[in-house]
Amino acid sequence: MPLIQFKNITKTYGTGENPFPALKGLNLTIDEGEFLALMGPSGSGKSTTMNIAACLDTVTSGTYLFQNVAVDKLNTHQRTLLRRNFLGFIFQGFNLLPRSSALENVELPLIYRGDNKQQRRSAAHQALEKVGLSDWKDHNPNELSGGQQQRVAIARAIVTSPKILLADEPTGNLDSQTSLEIMSLLTSLNRDSGVTIIMVTHEKEMAGYASRVVQFLDGQIRN
Amino acid sequence: MFWNSLVLALNAIRRNLLRSFLTVLGIIIGVAAVITMVTIGRGATQSVSDQISAMGTNQLIVRPGQRRGSGSNTPNFKQKDVDLIQNQVTGIAGVAPYSTVSANVIAQAKNYTTLITGTTNDFFTVGNWELQSGRKFQYGELKSGKASCILGTTVKNKLFAEQNPVGSRVRIKQFTCEVIGVLKPKGQSTWGTDQDDTVVMPLKTVHRRLLGSSDIARIAVKVEDNNNITNSQKKITELLRESRRISENMENDFRVLDMRQIIKTLTGTTRVLTMLLGAVAAVSLLVGGIGIMNIMLVSVTERTKEIGIRLAIGALEKHVLMQFLIESVVLSSIGGILGLILATGLSIFGASLMGVPFLFDLRINIVAFLFSASIGILFGFVPARRAAQLNPIDALRHE
Repeated sequence: MPLIQFKNITKTYGTGENPFPALKGLNLTIDEGEFLALMGPSGSGKSTTMNIAACLDTVTSGTYLFQNVAVDKLNTHQRTLLRRNFLGFIFQGFNLLPRSSALENVELPLIYRGDNKQQRRSAAHQALEKVGLSDWKDHNPNELSGGQQQRVAIARAIVTSPKILLADEPTGNLDSQTSLEIMSLLTSLNRDSGVTIIMVTHEKEMAGYASRVVQFLDGQIRN
Repeated sequence: MFWNSLVLALNAIRRNLLRSFLTVLGIIIGVAAVITMVTIGRGATQSVSDQISAMGTNQLIVRPGQRRGSGSNTPNFKQKDVDLIQNQVTGIAGVAPYSTVSANVIAQAKNYTTLITGTTNDFFTVGNWELQSGRKFQYGELKSGKASCILGTTVKNKLFAEQNPVGSRVRIKQFTCEVIGVLKPKGQSTWGTDQDDTVVMPLKTVHRRLLGSSDIARIAVKVEDNNNITNSQKKITELLRESRRISENMENDFRVLDMRQIIKTLTGTTRVLTMLLGAVAAVSLLVGGIGIMNIMLVSVTERTKEIGIRLAIGALEKHVLMQFLIESVVLSSIGGILGLILATGLSIFGASLMGVPFLFDLRINIVAFLFSASIGILFGFVPARRAAQLNPIDALRHE
């Protein structure tokens, strides 16, 4: 069963005289357990695709199915619940809360999910252990290196045991050595925990870690 | 959910102490400035109106001459004028004839020059005087012109310090005089003279031993009913014209002054001052409010990204709203309470510095607190709501 289906999706930004078509009829199916890399120049539609997959953005026409559920028919609340329960996010800029420790950052999604303190603590510890940061749990982001911060972000993304990990240029702010570490971490998460990964990247080298590469050009898939 | 939001809010406050402190500071200053201003202003107004009521508001003062200082060539009053007012004017609480003379008073090897007031017991009624110790004059003392005197507190303090002077004797010119009482202090009059700087004696004593004539310089009249003052004023004028044989086409050679008119002028000044203070207070409230707005707006803008992160990882709009609402309420309340405390301290200090009474005004405390707190809450909450309604993507991109 496909996990995600994009069916003839178009997305147009802006209205009136200068509409910008970001997606022009996208068809894409992603199965569970895939590690997908989205590539393409700026403005080719890969980030828009990410945002639609993340239930953060709505489509102009077409259907986006998540586990056979039409996401467009869901309201904001339901989309948030879907995001909270099935999706994990990794951003280029890490997006950690600056004045909170690594542990507190990782715990945050669980707070919104309503877990009690003990559940939160143990799940957060496990996630930090998975990314190899157990010794750094009490440090604030500004005391961590870029690679460490991205690993905290990954821990925060996987702490809810999501079905899909959405990574928006996860290595964009990192040096090559650290990038490799992050990529091998993602690969092992994909392999060992079976989490589906959709990653946007500009770098061919990083895309090499993926099981499938999708090239975007002018709002369409180039194949 | 509330509990989680409370934890998140308190954590956010704790994590950014500087920002929290600045927010609280804005509210503290807003609240404290207004309350202090109004409290001290009220104290000052109160002290002026206290002085005025201490003088007695329903008083008429009869004096010879038409204008201030021109009384020397017009005849003073006689006892029969006093009797006339006493007997013919209705609704009168007291008629106090008095003459004053400056004299040196000596006691216990100290001397002090003060104003000797010769009058009757009505003087105490008319001028709202009370005795701190001792007694008023007896009928016999007034009748015979006995050398008894009642000291004002200033005179008492100069000559006797902390001792009780009742029963001792003071020397005034060539005679000695028994102290039979001490007046309760009244402080400065509204025009700045020390009302306690006096020695009160029977009118006859002053006439005989100090002035050498039985002329009466002033007659103070206390009217029972405030609404009756103008009538009494008219009646007294008629009586005195007749008694002083002033023909119809001639001007009065005396005046009947209504204390209310004098007071009206004075309270007018105070009212202007109070309004001025009120305006200053309103401005500081506004400035305080703008300060709160600034800090809240800046911090929420700064926190839009944080809101984006929270929304992206699964926070509902209401989670974010609840957190910011709690933060605003907590900070505003802390600021408000600290402001109230600071204001009380400042008011007490300022009031004692200015020598005005400290009057705790519950209303202004509540108004200032609620105003500042609601600005704090409003400007903490509304921008947060706007941020929470953003698409998380846009909020995340916010720099």
